[in-house]
Amino acid sequence: MENNIANKPRNALRWLPWGLFAALLLAAPSVFSSGLGISVLSQIGIAIIACLSYNMLMGQGGMLSFGHAVYSGLGAYVAMHALNAASSGAVPVPVSLIPLVGGLAGMGFAVLLGYVTTRKSGTTFAMITLGMGELVFSMSLMVPEFFGGESGVSGNRVVGNAVMGISFGPAIQVYYLIAIYTFASVVLMYAFTQTPLGRMLNAVRDNPERVTFIGYDTQRVRYIAFVIAGFFAGISGGLAALNFEIVTAEVLGAGRSAGYLLFTFLGGSTYFFGPILGAVLMVLALVLFSEFTKAWLLYLGLIFMLMVMYAPGGIASLIMVNARVASHGKLKPLLGTYGLLALFLLLALLGASALIEMVYRLQLSASEGDVMRYMGLTLNVHSLQSWATAGSCMVVGFALFEWVRRRFVHQWKEVQTAIEVRGHSGETL
Amino acid sequence: MEFFILSLLNGLSYGLLLFMLSSGLTLIFSMMGVLNFAHASFYMLGAYVGYSVSLYVGFWPALFIAPLIVGTMGAAFERFCLRRVHRYGHVAELLITFGLSYVVLELVQLVWGRIAVQFPPPDALRGPAITLINDSRHGLSVLWGAAPPALCTTSEALVRIVCSPFPATRGFMMLVALVMLLGVWLLLTRSRIGLVIQSALTHPEAVEALGHNVPRIFMLVFGAGAALAGLAGVIGGSTFLTEPAMAATVGSVIFVVVVVGGMGSLAGAFLASLLIGVVQTFAVAFDFSMASLARLAGVELSSNSLFNLTLSQVAPILPYLFLVLILIFRPKGLLGTRED
Repeated sequence: MENNIANKPRNALRWLPWGLFAALLLAAPSVFSSGLGISVLSQIGIAIIACLSYNMLMGQGGMLSFGHAVYSGLGAYVAMHALNAASSGAVPVPVSLIPLVGGLAGMGFAVLLGYVTTRKSGTTFAMITLGMGELVFSMSLMVPEFFGGESGVSGNRVVGNAVMGISFGPAIQVYYLIAIYTFASVVLMYAFTQTPLGRMLNAVRDNPERVTFIGYDTQRVRYIAFVIAGFFAGISGGLAALNFEIVTAEVLGAGRSAGYLLFTFLGGSTYFFGPILGAVLMVLALVLFSEFTKAWLLYLGLIFMLMVMYAPGGIASLIMVNARVASHGKLKPLLGTYGLLALFLLLALLGASALIEMVYRLQLSASEGDVMRYMGLTLNVHSLQSWATAGSCMVVGFALFEWVRRRFVHQWKEVQTAIEVRGHSGETL
Repeated sequence: MEFFILSLLNGLSYGLLLFMLSSGLTLIFSMMGVLNFAHASFYMLGAYVGYSVSLYVGFWPALFIAPLIVGTMGAAFERFCLRRVHRYGHVAELLITFGLSYVVLELVQLVWGRIAVQFPPPDALRGPAITLINDSRHGLSVLWGAAPPALCTTSEALVRIVCSPFPATRGFMMLVALVMLLGVWLLLTRSRIGLVIQSALTHPEAVEALGHNVPRIFMLVFGAGAALAGLAGVIGGSTFLTEPAMAATVGSVIFVVVVVGGMGSLAGAFLASLLIGVVQTFAVAFDFSMASLARLAGVELSSNSLFNLTLSQVAPILPYLFLVLILIFRPKGLLGTRED
């Protein structure tokens, strides 16, 4: 009896994140209503599906894929051909179902290629997916009938007459289509983690030998998960085809696959919502950050390496760890240290990035002149003063950061021990 | 005939270059379980560092100095980055090398620019190593070095003479690879440190209990693997092109080599390197397509471009097709012993 009563608010709580997520998807375009805003939001929706489907392999199945773009990309191509067939009246497919066509295509290719790919797990799996990615990408340049060669395949998403005023011409209508697909896909992928198959997949990741002993075929479990991930990747590809109205060979490339991997990891592969954070970061980095600096790939690589070394659970795990501390009421004393850490880190990063930007200017775009504006500073790449200021900024920042960090590590351990002790005493009661 | 011999030699030299790379990759993998994604990046670094060093001291000293520098970089990376993530497991180790490949690519472009640099082979290696002379009267003969023009021309109308040179750089590539193969083999089987390395492969705890510093051995092996890649880079860079894309062009092929040969098998890597090198080189030289073969058989296929692809056009994807076939028919790899 008591249990039921205690569970009631918890059940309500369970629906809260989903309600918030839906509200966020609905309300976001009224906040970011500019053309760029809608475009970025649409891309975020697409990326969320792609990264979550990728995490089905990496986070839940322990399969590190370097060729996930194959399935989203092929899904995009098939969706685009379906759209063109619908425009010409050859196949009566409503535009709102085109992403599903992409999904089925991604699934079909995953059935075909996944059979070979999932024969192995672990490191070999990673290399095979890399090879598959290269294979499909090279093929795409060889068969221009289907892939459209260098210029790609383009289409028009306005097909026939508008139904109830929806023609999918304006970007906002496409955004809401993407939002509906995103919400449905996220719910379905979350539901998948709760199914016996989803749990089995976790078991295959953690201890394949034991799974074999119980009588499951690990290869089969991996294969089915791979096919399902291919389906959702295909949906994201189909949505991308509708959104951009053009598909080029780049969507199949190794760079795209690597992007899914990098940002899913940065977001956090151990929690379900991690890849959603990663997807938001991915779009912001690709659309906004790459405009802001030419060195963004260098920053991305460095951030990624630091994350692997110091926070292998990604941003999601950082949030959850601090949420745990907060739930024990221990966050407050840490906040001051966090502030100091952030301050000094910013100082160090400002110095370091100023140095990097100056080197870039010198090496790769010297024609733009000696004087550059950076973060409100005026730097001259040929004056010693600029270099010395940036350098000392970096050194001092890092020294102070390291000094505070050592104190923080100490403080952090104390807090953790306190929580552990309390947790244990709570259990004995 | 001379076409066949030359293609074979070219294929073998390319295969041996692949082996110089895949041997280091295999050694690191079988020893530490780390799939080094940045291995091709060390190859590229070798080429660029070799280029810079050769500007000051010439090619031959650079051939020794550049691998040392690259090896030191590799060892430092192992010591300060890879060792730190060792406790998080193999996935984290793979990911950090993946991140490194990004950073190295950007740094190389930052230091040396985005376009190819001029890194010519030394004078001693310019010109042909051997020349094949096919004379329609005397048949095929082989000549060391370049053939004098008098040998290659004739005034008689019915006599046909073809001189085909084989570049010295490629010959040198083969020589270095073979010497390196011998050196690695001797080091691993005949020296004390080799024995320690071999035992650390299978029983790291036991080796540690005997008083050997296993993490340091790991660092040395990683550094040595990087140095081998750097050596291959100096030779590959001066023979082919020294450009930022050079890591990507060999990167995925050497992974194919390692899987096809069998994970962790040095002999398998050797066999697979040669096989892929030769197959790819021969494929580039042929202009057959499915349509032209069918036409020979008297069937006219449609004008679909898939049927009109020539063998030389599909050459880049042959290694990957090979990978798929191996996985279907022999998942262990050619000489591998591990099941997964």
